[in-house]
Amino acid sequence: MSRLRALVLAMGLLASGATMAVSPDEVLSDPALESRARAISEGLRCLVCQNQSIDDSDADLARDLRVLVRERLVAGDSDEAVRQFLVDRYGEFVLLNPRVNNHTLLLWIAAPTLLGGGLATLWLLGRRRRREDDVVLSAEERAALDSLEETPGA
Amino acid sequence: MSIELGHFALILAFAIAVVSTVGGYTFWRSGQRIALVLSQGAVLQFVLVAVAFAALIQAFIASDFSLLLAASNSHSLKPLIFKISGVWGNHEGSMVLWIFILVAFGAMVAAFGRRLPGDLLALVLATQSLLTAAFAGFTLFTSNPFARLIPAPIEGNDLNPVLQDIGLAIHPPLLYAGYVGFSICFSFAIAALISGRIDQAWARWVRPWAMLSWTFLTLGIAMGSYWAYYELGWGGWWFWDPVENASFMPWLAGTALLHSALVMEKRNALKIWTIFLSIITFSLSLLGTFLVRSGILTSVHTFASDPTRGLVILALLALVIGGAFFLFAMRASTLRQGGLFAPVSREGALIINNLFLATAVGAVLVGTLYPLLLDALVGTSISVGAPFFNLTFGALMAPLLLVLPFGPLLAWKRADVVGAAQRLIGAAALAIFCTILISALGGVSISLAPLGLLLGFWVAFGAFAELVERSRIGRMPLGESIRRLVGLPRTVWSTALAHFGMGVTVLGIVATTAWETELVTTLNPGETAELSGYTIDFDSFGQQPGPNYMADEARFTITAPGGSTRQTLADRRTYVATGMPTTEAAIETYGFSQLYLQLGEPLNDTHVVRIWHKPYITLIWFGAILMALAGVISLTDRRVRVGAPRRAAKLASEPA
Repeated sequence: MSRLRALVLAMGLLASGATMAVSPDEVLSDPALESRARAISEGLRCLVCQNQSIDDSDADLARDLRVLVRERLVAGDSDEAVRQFLVDRYGEFVLLNPRVNNHTLLLWIAAPTLLGGGLATLWLLGRRRRREDDVVLSAEERAALDSLEETPGA
Repeated sequence: MSIELGHFALILAFAIAVVSTVGGYTFWRSGQRIALVLSQGAVLQFVLVAVAFAALIQAFIASDFSLLLAASNSHSLKPLIFKISGVWGNHEGSMVLWIFILVAFGAMVAAFGRRLPGDLLALVLATQSLLTAAFAGFTLFTSNPFARLIPAPIEGNDLNPVLQDIGLAIHPPLLYAGYVGFSICFSFAIAALISGRIDQAWARWVRPWAMLSWTFLTLGIAMGSYWAYYELGWGGWWFWDPVENASFMPWLAGTALLHSALVMEKRNALKIWTIFLSIITFSLSLLGTFLVRSGILTSVHTFASDPTRGLVILALLALVIGGAFFLFAMRASTLRQGGLFAPVSREGALIINNLFLATAVGAVLVGTLYPLLLDALVGTSISVGAPFFNLTFGALMAPLLLVLPFGPLLAWKRADVVGAAQRLIGAAALAIFCTILISALGGVSISLAPLGLLLGFWVAFGAFAELVERSRIGRMPLGESIRRLVGLPRTVWSTALAHFGMGVTVLGIVATTAWETELVTTLNPGETAELSGYTIDFDSFGQQPGPNYMADEARFTITAPGGSTRQTLADRRTYVATGMPTTEAAIETYGFSQLYLQLGEPLNDTHVVRIWHKPYITLIWFGAILMALAGVISLTDRRVRVGAPRRAAKLASEPA
């Protein structure tokens, strides 16, 4: 998962029947390009697999995509251009990290909204309670407090 | 014969569950008398489902292929342990395991619950029976595990090779015990809503069950993660796969429940919220079951896809969850909040914990379901994968971990945050020191890694602040401090250990993410590779037959930086019955770090070998084990026994 991989050796072999995740024969000789290729691959879905990135998958399609990514990089594409190239071919489905657009807006704002909503609710409840707090304890609360103090270990 | 006996036992258990449900909901007001009947019913259900389960196991052990389930999922050459675990390595059998654990928990409530008020116990057992009836009915009518096959085949189809692992024997039972255990909290919530007994005593009864389930779930998830790590062959330990999320959401919700139930028990506050969490936690377990069993998700966990089953489970889900929330909506408005407290207090801290955990549940839930819903509603396919979850979840957990060490140091009702900060200075200093030391030794990078380390150390060291504080280490003679330390309530130790485990897991995640190294190369026997100071000699390559597979074996000698050498073996198997390949990685543990070797396909007369050095990766699971251990310690505390607490002797009456 790390981007700090240092020791990826280029073997410069020709393609053969290998079908496992990243094979030595796919690896680019330029380490900078290769690490970019790895980073991009980790964010691309292997379309025929079960929720795996093409970097992890041993499917033939994943291999084809890995090779494709490297070809585009060698051809001088930027990272974003490579991703766009694949999105044009396979649709947004290929991206493991969905882009922000009309379809995914709700997805992206869900967590901040929940957190904000939770905080707002707490604040409102707290404010309401503070108002009630000005009044003395009700008999019920007094009783609850007393029973609490009696309960062993509480 | 025994197959039919098992089938009959399951039908009988179903019938008893139906009767218990109807009887329980009708007559719960008559208290102890009906509770006694339902208790016997619960024990009977347990015995009967145990018989059904045993019948299946027996058929698998005997390789009785006249049982369709065994013919489809077993093989006579399979080692015994995998024959047994194969019983639940498929849809039908896993449902039986689910029901078995459900009735086991029901029987436990019946056994330990004698001190509960009769009406509450009756309602709890009625609700448990309702769940048993629903799932036993589902199993019997849509996925009968006892179907026969005539004529019986000579040999079975074998189990998916990935599942032929000790992991299958351990992971599903633990996970299910966690999932299903939360059904008790759910049943208690329903019982509380119907009977109106929503008070501190309720929280006291529920918390041990939540703790027990949470402990199982923690172990189950950790075990599943480790299994995926060593079996799937590329050393990933968490994939944010929808199925993993399905197990993780109940864990997050259950963690929130443990903390909110504490507030309810000690301070009679957060009552509505705790009831809500009890319902939601089990609902998420059911949702997980639905997602996995319905075939909506395709993954290694989905044994069979059958739309009918999916619809039936969805209907069950809607009924159970919908009914629960209807009850909740009816009752919630009548609940008065007790226990007043200032924002800065133990209660306040636990609310922050719940806010972030609940938001995390929401975020994971949305991320998991969003692609399904978008596809169904709009017809657009998108993927929501690891990068999204890492960002969202990480952003939510960082602030939670940051404030975590403060929690146990704050007093109930009204707390002094400056005082708590002072008591954490030592932990903070230690954390900063360790982080700087490691960053200096390992070379400073501009990544987020040092911040992650700092957070991990902060949580880990901060966990002990309460112990240090309460034992007055440094301010008293050492002997006296130790005496105080030993005398602390176990729940204090449990809290410290659980939080420490959390910190340890964070450290493992940060270290392995930031400093993992990888080498992909081709090797021939006799050649050598090097990675992170380790020298790996490829000694030999050969073929070796296993009990039900053929293996290509590669033997390696690893020389550690310190000079010690170890022999290890990585293989690639092809299973005879299915022709399916698997890889078995060679994993060598050095301290907390691991070297992970995987044998790839042959490539131009050489062998592709992938080697990873994963620094401190085992801390991820060690942390989880520590958390589970904390759960066990808490359960042994005399004040939080499973079942109704007896009036504890007036001992150590401090808040925990």
